[in-house]
Amino acid sequence: MLTLTSPIETWAHHCRAGRKLAALCGFTLILFALSSPLWLGLCALLAAGVIASAGKRFGLESARMLRPLLPFVALVALWHLITQDALGVTIILRMITAVAAANFVTMTTRLSDMIAVIQRLAKPLRPLIAPKALALAIALTLRFIPTMLARSQTIRESWQARAARPPRWRILLPTTLAALDDAEQVAEALRARGGTE
Amino acid sequence: MGAQQESPPLEKNLTHIALFAALIAVLGLVPKIDLASGVPITAQSLGIMLCGTVLGAKRGALAVLLFLGLTLAGLPLLSGGRGGLGLLASPTVGYLIGFPVAAYVTGAVTTHLKANIGLAAGLGAALGGVLVLNGLGVIGMSVMLGKTLPEAALLAAPFLIGDSIKAGLAGLLTQSIAKMRPAALLSRA
Repeated sequence: MLTLTSPIETWAHHCRAGRKLAALCGFTLILFALSSPLWLGLCALLAAGVIASAGKRFGLESARMLRPLLPFVALVALWHLITQDALGVTIILRMITAVAAANFVTMTTRLSDMIAVIQRLAKPLRPLIAPKALALAIALTLRFIPTMLARSQTIRESWQARAARPPRWRILLPTTLAALDDAEQVAEALRARGGTE
Repeated sequence: MGAQQESPPLEKNLTHIALFAALIAVLGLVPKIDLASGVPITAQSLGIMLCGTVLGAKRGALAVLLFLGLTLAGLPLLSGGRGGLGLLASPTVGYLIGFPVAAYVTGAVTTHLKANIGLAAGLGAALGGVLVLNGLGVIGMSVMLGKTLPEAALLAAPFLIGDSIKAGLAGLLTQSIAKMRPAALLSRA
């Protein structure tokens, strides 16, 4: 399954995931502590420099990842143009820099490394969630997303073979029922093989 | 098969949580569903509601947390193909935080409201998946965009109609599931 990790190898791909996450936390905290457009602008330049150091293609890809922010940027810009204050610059700079920095970590860290971090963070929760159960749940979810996606496609096609109109919301019940049946069968299979112990 | 009255075995909990996490992802990835009037909605928040109405409060919230964990770890599972850590710094972060809370509230109402299962599920989804979710989403937007709560609420208002329809659908779907797979409805097990 496709992840957001960039296929373009950069120097940051070789850094430890835990360190990158710690650095990202620190950087984000600083961003939210600052409010002067000057300092935030410097932070934005720093983030842009780090992203640019990974190459032009990587930079373009990073810019594309920021697209969901566009409506919010436009809205805030318009708002503060009308109210005539500089607060809009602060908000927009902080938002774009924080999201770009976080995206940088996501794009340079493999999913398996990130999941390893989640599992390490979940260790103190051992009495609540056994590490083995968490690992199994993650594996099951990853395995079943493509399976369920393919089946929802099959359900859609078989509907369209019988009806002139698209199934719309009618696809939801069979998709959910199929997920429940799968869960039941996988539970049976797990139990037959010795359970989660 | 006899009716299972004792709490479901561990394996069953685990697989239901994992597969509903996958279901949320799949509902976000399938093409947008056009309602009769042509209003496109993504079914992802319906998936969140179904986690609560079908799995109950605790398991539902856990399924949503599993989905969120994988999304933040770098899978583009959020509707529109979004994912990664950037979500935590974006204005919609309140909705992300609201997802597990919404599933929990939806599940709690479905389990404890002494009413017809479809009605309880629909009301639970309206309370958890619409009010609580949008409430937290609005607080998030207000903080991240530096706006007052009423100003941020204006941004969320257009989506309330679609969300309410989804809550109704969640009620109907849960009622059908209760009829067709009574044993699978862990929220009323």
